[in-house]
Amino acid sequence: MDKVNKQNTEYLILRNKKAYEVIIGLEVHAQVISKSKLFSSSSTKFGAEPNTQVSLVDAAFPGMLPVINEFCVKQAIKTGIGLKAKINKKSVFDRKNYFYADLPQGYQISQFNYPIVGEGSVIIDTPIGQKTIGIERLHLEQDAGKSIHDMDPQNTLIDLNRSGVALMEIVSKPDLRSPEEVSAYIKKLRSIMRYLGTCDGNMQEGSLRADVNVSVRVKGSKKLGTRCEIKNVNSIKFMQMAINYEANRQVDLIEEGKLVSQETRLFDTKKNETRSMRNKEDAHDYRYFPDPDLLPLEVSDEFINKLASEIPELPDDKKKRFIDKYKLSSYEATILVSDYETSKYFEDVVENSDVRLGTNWIIGELFAVLNEKNLEISQSPISAKNLSKLINLIKNGTISGKIAKTIFEFMMDGDKDPLKIVEEKKLKQESDPKELEAIINKVIHDNPDKVKDYKSGKTKLFGFFVGLVMKLSAGKANPQLVNDILKRKL
Amino acid sequence: MNSITSQSLTTLVKNIKNKKLSSQEVTKAFIERSEKSKDLNAYITEDYANALSKAKKFDQNPNFDLKIPGIPIAVKDLFCTYNVKTTAGSKILSNFVPTYESTVTQNIWNEGGILLGKLNCDEFAMGSSNETSFFGNVKNPIDKDLVPGGSSGGSAAAISGHLTPITIGTDTGGSIRQPASFTGTVGLKPTYGSCSRYGIVAFASSLDQAGPMAQSVEDCALLQEIISTYDPKDSTSIDFKRNSLSKELTREIKGKKIGIPKEYRVDGMPVEIEKLWQKGIEYAKDCGAEIIDISLPHTKYALPTYYIVAPAEASSNLARYDGVKYGFRSKGENLIDMYEKTRSDGFGEEVQRRIIIGTYVLSSGYYDAYYLKAQKVRKLIKNDFDHAYKKVDAIITPSTPSSAFKIGEKTNDPVSMYLNDIFTVPVNLAGLPAISIPAGHDTKGYPLGLQIIGKAFQEQELLNIAYALEEKINFKNKVNDWWIK
Repeated sequence: MDKVNKQNTEYLILRNKKAYEVIIGLEVHAQVISKSKLFSSSSTKFGAEPNTQVSLVDAAFPGMLPVINEFCVKQAIKTGIGLKAKINKKSVFDRKNYFYADLPQGYQISQFNYPIVGEGSVIIDTPIGQKTIGIERLHLEQDAGKSIHDMDPQNTLIDLNRSGVALMEIVSKPDLRSPEEVSAYIKKLRSIMRYLGTCDGNMQEGSLRADVNVSVRVKGSKKLGTRCEIKNVNSIKFMQMAINYEANRQVDLIEEGKLVSQETRLFDTKKNETRSMRNKEDAHDYRYFPDPDLLPLEVSDEFINKLASEIPELPDDKKKRFIDKYKLSSYEATILVSDYETSKYFEDVVENSDVRLGTNWIIGELFAVLNEKNLEISQSPISAKNLSKLINLIKNGTISGKIAKTIFEFMMDGDKDPLKIVEEKKLKQESDPKELEAIINKVIHDNPDKVKDYKSGKTKLFGFFVGLVMKLSAGKANPQLVNDILKRKL
Repeated sequence: MNSITSQSLTTLVKNIKNKKLSSQEVTKAFIERSEKSKDLNAYITEDYANALSKAKKFDQNPNFDLKIPGIPIAVKDLFCTYNVKTTAGSKILSNFVPTYESTVTQNIWNEGGILLGKLNCDEFAMGSSNETSFFGNVKNPIDKDLVPGGSSGGSAAAISGHLTPITIGTDTGGSIRQPASFTGTVGLKPTYGSCSRYGIVAFASSLDQAGPMAQSVEDCALLQEIISTYDPKDSTSIDFKRNSLSKELTREIKGKKIGIPKEYRVDGMPVEIEKLWQKGIEYAKDCGAEIIDISLPHTKYALPTYYIVAPAEASSNLARYDGVKYGFRSKGENLIDMYEKTRSDGFGEEVQRRIIIGTYVLSSGYYDAYYLKAQKVRKLIKNDFDHAYKKVDAIITPSTPSSAFKIGEKTNDPVSMYLNDIFTVPVNLAGLPAISIPAGHDTKGYPLGLQIIGKAFQEQELLNIAYALEEKINFKNKVNDWWIK
């Protein structure tokens, strides 16, 4: 966007010497990790044949009744604790009534006035430092089924596998101000839920999607502008594109002296534009009322405390600990705690090896390889155990850092033990002073002119001698020892 | 009348256990009588062939330890029955065959009951005369021109006409007690949460409750003991200590305090109802009970409250009948058109009326004024009872403000029809148990019922009081088998 001020870290839209601020709030729909659905015992496994994971409850047969899945309640509370949010000891399930072919009951069971989780917060990293994004609430609700419009020329087909799967709707406050912040927020939220094991955050499979609320106002104004809600965006990139488009559209309207009307919009990923779905007048009247088939959900302090005791160390705390314990930079710590698997890999490596070297090797060499091969850390071709062995070989002088890079390449072939590679390829560093002295003596002896020049003050030639020694030793000479001996001899 | 079909459930159980009768003999007798009784239109679906084969199987390997060994039973067509069509009296479910069994009926089969067939009822249990059924109205065995009451009209007619030894109905606002009263039979609405709602076609979830309908209090106690179980498949089912109701049944009610609520003396109530009530009070005194005047001040709000809460829940509960997954479907140009045609053709007038009322009271802008207010009043009505039960053990009122009315008499006057529920709905709103027992006849010779309302989960005490009064009243139903040619 050419009209966006890029020098500043602030995301502002400039028009006619006015700077518009963009106000964004997200309603994230996160699928709860659970073997069975929110109110039935059907499986939630992704990718099954259509309509093979549907119970009588999910298909809303006459006389069928919902029974709350306690595990999903625990997952929601854990997520609430992870969001540093208030856990509501009493919450209520409501019916959201509307007709659609993939909504078998004719209503979605959700939570309206009394959600299970209240206000909380998420800390995100921005280029200008940390920022706290407020969480308005988190509530549990059922997912709908899926309408398939493109498989049959005449009919719409319905797949109810997803019908009744538990979702957490996590509503942020309108605290986000740029597409970048949205990206950081989603990533952080996903990281927290993955640490907790409450949502896998897989956006391709639809486990994480969001409704994006966007409004604009002239910077400095206190009053919020009229917002538009962009429905069901399923990737961070699309969220950013949609916000960019929508914010500019709204600014254009205001600049033309028109009003932004409150409406629900849809993001067309092919055309990169948002389009109106329905305006305020056409908005559904969902006729929410408490579901009489379900009693209010009540949880005790004991129940909550027990779950709190099961919460693992979360990214923010882990980052703090990494900085304190391992003396990492904030940048390094942020990267290493971004997901649980990475943090675990890191700690497994440095448990038995040098922290500084370990950090550099993971963030440098390993991440480069993973990026290149498009792998997750859990699929790393080199195990933490073998990487720590490699680092120990460097640290104790068995190999040089340069040789280590060669060994690293070999290790990728089937996670080979670096020690074996050193032995097989005879890459052990030469650290025997007598052997080195012999080589050095030969170098001095063969280059009398250069020795003379060096002694007369051309100290830059030191590197020349080192290079020759390394060459003669096929790269295996211990560079530190070479330095020491050369200095003494010259 | 056949000597078998005139026997009470308790007698039949005794005779089967003593091998004086076989299950086949009993089953055949009720099938024969049912077949001769088609004019009552009590059945929607007959399952006689299966019933006979089940009876045969029972006799081959009888288990006399069961509570109702080899006893044939017809049930209201609101209970889902495995492989047997379940219509809820509606066109929209006229072809629906469940692949599952309701908990209540399963409990009956587990104790040796055998399904005879499915009994007629008002469509989705919405009605007080059994005239809203898609399968036609039911005639009252008392008189061919009379409605049997509703919504469990088929069940009441089947009991009164001896087409089944016992049956079950459902009661959302009086649907067991009012037809029991209209047909000279006994009907119990248990405490909300006593009988599982799993597999019962829902009308208004917070009010619906299944219950027994019988010839006598004793039979009622036995069936209630069987159908009332804690069921984890129904989140509103309550796990409380359940008595062996039939074993613990006693007429010893001396010293029990019975409340008489002044608010039930409504304007225009026939003198004979007032007299009946007075008679009931005298009988209670004769049994050694103490009569105490009480006040239930919010009673007059019960009916309007009920007609907000029940339609609201119904409008949502019936949304699933959309032609997409099962049941009746009309062809349409598109999805919305299909919905509109399916639901216009598939639901009857009364059901549509209640869906519209319910949709209206839940609409934004009206929710607070209607639904929310109704919920508050409902709480006040419950508080009235809680308050009264600090002083009394049970409450006696008439079951209905009149005896059975004529077929067609109120079909064009929904409000007058709704007024039938005036004495029964407060009980549903408060979630309490109540029983209607026949207590006399009006000048036309039609039966009248008394309602006894108990404390929550105190079905035993309620049945004991009914049992004692039943003996004093010594009611004889006047059924002359007019429909059998």
